Amino acid sequence: MIQLDQVSKSYETRLGPRQVLKKVDLAVSRQQKVGILGRNGAGKSTLIRLISGAEEPNSGKIHRSMSVSWPLAFTGAFQLALTGIDNLKFICRIYGKDWRDKVDYVREFTELGIYLQEPVRSYSSGMQMRLAFAISMVIDFDCFLIDEIVSVGDARFHAKCHEELFEKRKDRSLIIVSHDAHYIQEHCERACVLQEGHLTSFDSIDEAYENYSKYLA
Amino acid sequence: MLSRIARLLSSWRIEQRVIYALLMREVMTRFGRHNLGFLWLFVEPMLFTVGVTTLWTATRSLHGSNLPIVPFAVTGYSSVLLWRNMPARCINSVEPNRTLLYHRNVKVIDIYLARLLLEAAGATTSFMVLTLFFWSIGWMNGPEDVLEVVEAWVLLALFGSGLAMFLASLSEEFEIVDKLWHPASYLLFPLSGAAFLVSTLPASVQPLALTLPMVNGVEMLREGYFGSSMTAVYNLPYFVCTIIVIWLLALIQIRKISKRAIAA
Repeated sequence: MIQLDQVSKSYETRLGPRQVLKKVDLAVSRQQKVGILGRNGAGKSTLIRLISGAEEPNSGKIHRSMSVSWPLAFTGAFQLALTGIDNLKFICRIYGKDWRDKVDYVREFTELGIYLQEPVRSYSSGMQMRLAFAISMVIDFDCFLIDEIVSVGDARFHAKCHEELFEKRKDRSLIIVSHDAHYIQEHCERACVLQEGHLTSFDSIDEAYENYSKYLA
Repeated sequence: MLSRIARLLSSWRIEQRVIYALLMREVMTRFGRHNLGFLWLFVEPMLFTVGVTTLWTATRSLHGSNLPIVPFAVTGYSSVLLWRNMPARCINSVEPNRTLLYHRNVKVIDIYLARLLLEAAGATTSFMVLTLFFWSIGWMNGPEDVLEVVEAWVLLALFGSGLAMFLASLSEEFEIVDKLWHPASYLLFPLSGAAFLVSTLPASVQPLALTLPMVNGVEMLREGYFGSSMTAVYNLPYFVCTIIVIWLLALIQIRKISKRAIAA
């Protein structure tokens, strides 16, 4: 179970503090797959960082009673000067896993071949994403936080992700943030819309989608 | 109560894992897998100390006492490594590691602590290897009071760590700190007690010299080393207080910058 209780977050700007999230409530239980829709800059990534615990809210409480991944996103999580393998070792050490028996899986899933021995700095965004996804699978969390990343992958990567996340790990929770309503429609059972700092939950995806498209128009 | 202890224990285990992971990550990028690799950790400070020792011996530098120059230089310069290299290593250390803060258990202070542990390990190994080496070839005697040497060394390392974390976290907010620390550390070197004994200063200047915390540490270190053959002048309570104050300031400032570490 993950529970957000009246969570607010603001950042300092040159023109004073700017509130990105305003008293957000959210509850995600085991096995639930929740989508969060929002436009660019709506605060989706901020919300995901708060849920992951990488950042602290200014006010409000966040309870986590299951293990939660780091935000699987375009940026972050890797040290760019280190090789793919060294990043695997680093992340395994942090989460208390033995990296030795994980190398084969990561090699196979990412299909990075000799590039696993190269600095992550030299990877394309697609390659970085494959590595991030593979490592998060070997750490094996109860809840995966996905920030857009799946949308940049090619069809082959999509198929693999689908198998790992929605077939082999269908008992896990998932929080996906995206501006792409169709992706969320396909993969989630519940959706919320984030606009102007407020998060609104909807019982059905269709309702959320309707609301979101109205907001876009 | 028991659950509290259990939680504390599990936090401690996580902290150990994180520091170890960061330590290995630093070793990898700093020393790589080439030539001497991580031996550089203490070979580099050793080269510095040997260089200074050679210079001071060759020029018969006046330090105003009749202590032998080799152990005088080794004790003096080794302590400089602690308060000068620790800040240098910590300033600007968040940026290359910023992406790692995406992992919940990795905090800014862990990045600093990992680097400080490495730095302390390097300086300590360098000090020990040089002492044992010069001792074995008869260029210097062993320490008179090993425990006091260890005590002074630990205090100097704690002072260096506090200073490093304070300056580094402050420089995340004010870039000028980085720019000012370079000349400051350079100017502080002759004042730091590495190259003089407080007892040889005029009595009126002595209290002024002791306001620099590291002077107290070096005096104490030398008292442990040379014991009866010199008169050490230092103020231990004052030195300990400055360590506590600098650590508090560092922790406050780290807390402040941690709030926006990722988004920055």
